[in-house]
Amino acid sequence: MPEIRNLTMNFGPQHPAAHGVLRLVLEMDGEVIVRADPHIGLLHRATEKLAESKPYNQSIGYMDRLDYVSMMCNEHAYVLAMEKLLGIEPPLRAQYIRVMFDEITRILNHLLWLGTHALDVGAMTVFLYCFREREDLFDCYEAVSGARMHATYYRPGGVYRDLPERMPQYQPSRWRSARDLKRMNRARQGSLLDFIEDFTERFPRYIEEYEALLTENRIWKQRTVGIGVVSPERARQLGFTGPMLRGSGVEWDLRKKQPYEVYDRLDFDIPVGTNGDCYDRYLVRVEEMRQSNRIVRQCVEWLRANPGPVMVADHKVAPPPREEMKADMEALIHHFKLFTEGFCIPEGETYAAVEHPKGEFGIYLISDGANKPYRLKIRAPGFAHLAALDEMARGHMLQDCVALIGTLDVVFGEIDR
Amino acid sequence: MAETIEDGAQRLRDRFKDALTSVVVAHGECTAEVPAARLLEVCTALRDEPDFGFDELIDLCGVDYAEYGEAEWIAREATGRGFSRGVRGPEDELRETPRAPSPRFAVVYHLLSLPRNRRLRLRTYAPDADFPVVPSVNEVWNSADWFEREAFDLFGIVFEGHPDLRRILTDYGFVGHPFRKDFPLSGTVEVRYDPERARVVYEPVSIEPRVLVPRVIRHDHRYDVDRPEDEGREAAGTKRP
Repeated sequence: MPEIRNLTMNFGPQHPAAHGVLRLVLEMDGEVIVRADPHIGLLHRATEKLAESKPYNQSIGYMDRLDYVSMMCNEHAYVLAMEKLLGIEPPLRAQYIRVMFDEITRILNHLLWLGTHALDVGAMTVFLYCFREREDLFDCYEAVSGARMHATYYRPGGVYRDLPERMPQYQPSRWRSARDLKRMNRARQGSLLDFIEDFTERFPRYIEEYEALLTENRIWKQRTVGIGVVSPERARQLGFTGPMLRGSGVEWDLRKKQPYEVYDRLDFDIPVGTNGDCYDRYLVRVEEMRQSNRIVRQCVEWLRANPGPVMVADHKVAPPPREEMKADMEALIHHFKLFTEGFCIPEGETYAAVEHPKGEFGIYLISDGANKPYRLKIRAPGFAHLAALDEMARGHMLQDCVALIGTLDVVFGEIDR
Repeated sequence: MAETIEDGAQRLRDRFKDALTSVVVAHGECTAEVPAARLLEVCTALRDEPDFGFDELIDLCGVDYAEYGEAEWIAREATGRGFSRGVRGPEDELRETPRAPSPRFAVVYHLLSLPRNRRLRLRTYAPDADFPVVPSVNEVWNSADWFEREAFDLFGIVFEGHPDLRRILTDYGFVGHPFRKDFPLSGTVEVRYDPERARVVYEPVSIEPRVLVPRVIRHDHRYDVDRPEDEGREAAGTKRP
């Protein structure tokens, strides 16, 4: 009779289902997970320490690179923290633009999550469908900021610039036929808002396509129903936020409970799960995409009707317009000081949180009155969620581990920071 | 909810009395300071008593107050020794470093109460700066597990009673605590592949630490609390705190 021992298995960091650089050390009893020990930090870049050595406004770009699938939401928390300490409030139009892009970002994030989660579990098609829609949303990012992912669009006091009047179009080339070109440019004839509105009209039908592939799919349900059940009590104890908490049936959304920007003026619902398993969290996130679509539509409508400034006029924190700088000495000095020395934030500390697609993303900022943060702590939702993987995985089979990593929606940019 | 944040702060003062050294409300947020010795008692009460109901620990982080309020690259000294470009020379090493203030390390907890929709920031100082020890709140809120490991890794704060206090973010075999203010931004070691030994080798860093944008502290009159009203700025769309 040979001796029977538990097997220790290494999962990742190069495993395609590890969503980046997760190294899981699994203790297996046959095919059952006895203990899961995630080893993280392979993507640790010390963002918080880097931010302490840079003026406040130069760290916004770092925020994009934290959770690199929901870029603008990260910026949002950082910018909110600065605004809170500076005591400035962005113009209403800037707030609507921020909310609109937050929700576009939420759709972006959930599309990537849905595609990769389904791919891990074995459904290839969903992945291709999701990335098709992500293209359009990246084009919105590009139209407004010039970058498809790392936008640096939100600035303290507003947003970098107003929405463009013309949506960029595909140019003729020898690789595209005239018919293709016409089809690709069909939605791009008007402004960015026209393009976004067109997208919101198309998008509910796309969600139905994803749901047709998954929601009643026998394999999908076998892989997700009853997997990784978290009770509401445990979810709170483990520091869950966002869809992970709502999937367990706790009705908690910062956009409703502690509204920031203009969320209190918008009409949307908060989906809540009942069983707290992977399938409920899937349903919650899919419904969130529909609600985000609703919010984007309301923002488009408001933004069409209400032109106005998108940045505060205080040139100690916001750069003056280009034209002014050509003629006005004062404006030139402001610009120079702002982009070399930055601005000083009065002494104090604050915590600003937003409802990030993954949960509560918070920035804890301590200022000692200097032009650089004294301490910046990034509260990443994925960090708390991944910490619970051990508890969720115990007693499940090895293949469920992949479904669990998918449902946690981990992105290592934010977990390792 | 009709209760204001100030009321909530008053309720904390009434309930805990001398267990909290201070309760401050600023920027619409409540901050309480608690001595490390009474941390667990206060945390358990905050979680269990329905008056507070802080059932979720949102965040836990370490803070190193060693260089608080210090500016880099002071112009006064630069005139005597020439324009230093923020590079630390040998004379900087000889200069006696000021002794860190005795509560150098702090641990900051961000609590959230779902039933009462409230937030609270708790701060506790580690009594000894050379060997900072704070009791672990892992038993009160299980989410503290990884957050405490992170604070231990980055600041070297030891959490007494933590079941599994290992490094979490830094490399296997890493030496030092990188987020301490006396740890250089460039780190201490760099790696490269050595073809002769056919493996990756660690060497001391070859780049010099350099400050590109100095840290300056200005006392900006715009944010003075008792500043006389300035109508021009009000019209410009800026809100006073």
